Amino acid sequence: MGMTLTEKILARKAGVEVLKPGDFIEIEPDLGLANDITAPLAITGFRKAGGKTVKYPERVFLVPDHFTPNKDILSAEQVKILKSFAEEYPGIHFFDQGEVGVEHALLPEIGAIQPGMVIIGADSHTCTYGALGAFATGVGSTDFAGFLLTGKAWLKVPSSIRVVFKGDLQNWVTGKDLILNLIGKISVSGARYKALEFSGPVIDALSIEGRLTMANMAIEAGAKNGIFRVDQKVMDYCSVKAHQDQFNFDADYKTESEDYERTVEIDVTGLRPQVAFPHLPENVRNAEDGRQIKIDQVVIGSCTNGRIEDLRLAAEILRGKRIAKGLRCIIIPATPRIYTQALNEGLFTVFLEAGAVISPPTCGPCLGGHMGILASGERCLSTTNRNFVGRMGHRESEVYLASPATAAATAVTGVITSPEQVEAVPGNRITKGDARDY
Amino acid sequence: MIIKGKVYKFGNDINTDEIIPARYLNTSDPEILAKHCMEDTRPGFADLVEPGSIIAAGHNFGCGSSREHAPLAIKHTGIACIIAASFARIFFRNAINIGLPITESAQLVDRIKEGDRISIDLDSGKIDCPGGEVLSVPPFPEFMRAIISRGGWLPYLKGL
Repeated sequence: MGMTLTEKILARKAGVEVLKPGDFIEIEPDLGLANDITAPLAITGFRKAGGKTVKYPERVFLVPDHFTPNKDILSAEQVKILKSFAEEYPGIHFFDQGEVGVEHALLPEIGAIQPGMVIIGADSHTCTYGALGAFATGVGSTDFAGFLLTGKAWLKVPSSIRVVFKGDLQNWVTGKDLILNLIGKISVSGARYKALEFSGPVIDALSIEGRLTMANMAIEAGAKNGIFRVDQKVMDYCSVKAHQDQFNFDADYKTESEDYERTVEIDVTGLRPQVAFPHLPENVRNAEDGRQIKIDQVVIGSCTNGRIEDLRLAAEILRGKRIAKGLRCIIIPATPRIYTQALNEGLFTVFLEAGAVISPPTCGPCLGGHMGILASGERCLSTTNRNFVGRMGHRESEVYLASPATAAATAVTGVITSPEQVEAVPGNRITKGDARDY
Repeated sequence: MIIKGKVYKFGNDINTDEIIPARYLNTSDPEILAKHCMEDTRPGFADLVEPGSIIAAGHNFGCGSSREHAPLAIKHTGIACIIAASFARIFFRNAINIGLPITESAQLVDRIKEGDRISIDLDSGKIDCPGGEVLSVPPFPEFMRAIISRGGWLPYLKGL
């Protein structure tokens, strides 16, 4: 019996020939990250435990992205804790305003994430990095404090579910629609404690950005990690920094079907743009089922969908149109680089002429932090990843999750709208193919 | 270790935004966090909790974010133990790491009602329900009992 992709990466890191689901391993992760919410607790823990040195400062990434630019005094104090700690232990990577972006968009972009790495992050969406063939999982602040102190973490090897996407993808159907569809099928606990391994011809054709979106929401099915094979697209994307000791990815990543706990096959032919209705990401329906639902706010951004491809897709719909009267549309490029790119491509003109507002990079409204909070009774359609009760504001507000294309179409009509119902205007730099073809 | 207390019942998929809304995460002060525990899903919960009480819940308790503020907020309301049909994995890790005992029982939540008083022996894995019924859960392994009794993973490591 062979091993799954997740088992192979973990076995290599643990220095053993074979691992099976349920095995416990103690490893030294290649990278650990925390943000302005989770790092302060970890740093407090580090100090309480009598921490005097950080074992591997160069492996530590502190990314203050949730409430930045600092929304209030308390948030500013939290960020100050991160900054002082990074100054105290040189080598730690800290990102100040102007450099900081949404962590799971920023770290892949700067080349910090490489195939085959083992990564822990004090943020549940750390699973995003599986798109680049890394094992990456969310942990808590205490685990992160342990990593600061000892450079170590313990993990239980998860069993793996293979998800195979086949068939022909329709126009306007994106990685976001694929992952929402899957969560709708297997539920918010369908992959609890497990690895979700994504494959199939649809995945092979999907852009890196589409894959990052999918891996990002593996946690929304309860998964420990999401993971993709490393192909040429991944190798090209990660070439910013050559990996020191590479796998032979083709040989090592070949696995047989009996290695998986189960296989879920999804034929995407005929799949329509998807929307997760309140209050769980599993309440997934076709976008056209929301035609009667009036929306007060649209948010396009986040670690799920704040990348350049997402902004181009939104611009394709918004070009030459106006946002519906009475609706607020907030667009948040996830990193300074994406921000600059969108500016240079003329996307900001499209957004501003449509009547949208553009926010600096931040997690902000996704978690009800700042920069677009909902009042009681308000409804938001958002490209983010969670629609729990009170997630983006008042406990009587509602969040609907969808792709940037569906979000932009909804912003134009004011009710939940499938993108093909709004006439798109491709820009100079974008054709329909390009937007989904990295 | 035996915990006896009043039961507060919760359903399936109780997520970390319900346990502690993110708008309060600009602090990690456990007493402030505790005041807002379950605020959106059960307003006033924090004021009701009798110290030493037990939460009994359905499946996938603690799903969502990795915020350790969630088990911290629960612990500092005075809740002494959580027994759910199942837990989301990061929440499980975080609860043990901060020294909040939690364990899984698929039967418990359907056998009891809000306000019942039950007792759980973490060492033997026995839960005494009203009416004399006894349920079994896997006993805590010794190292986990040590983590709980020392108040969490870091104090435990320090004491090794």
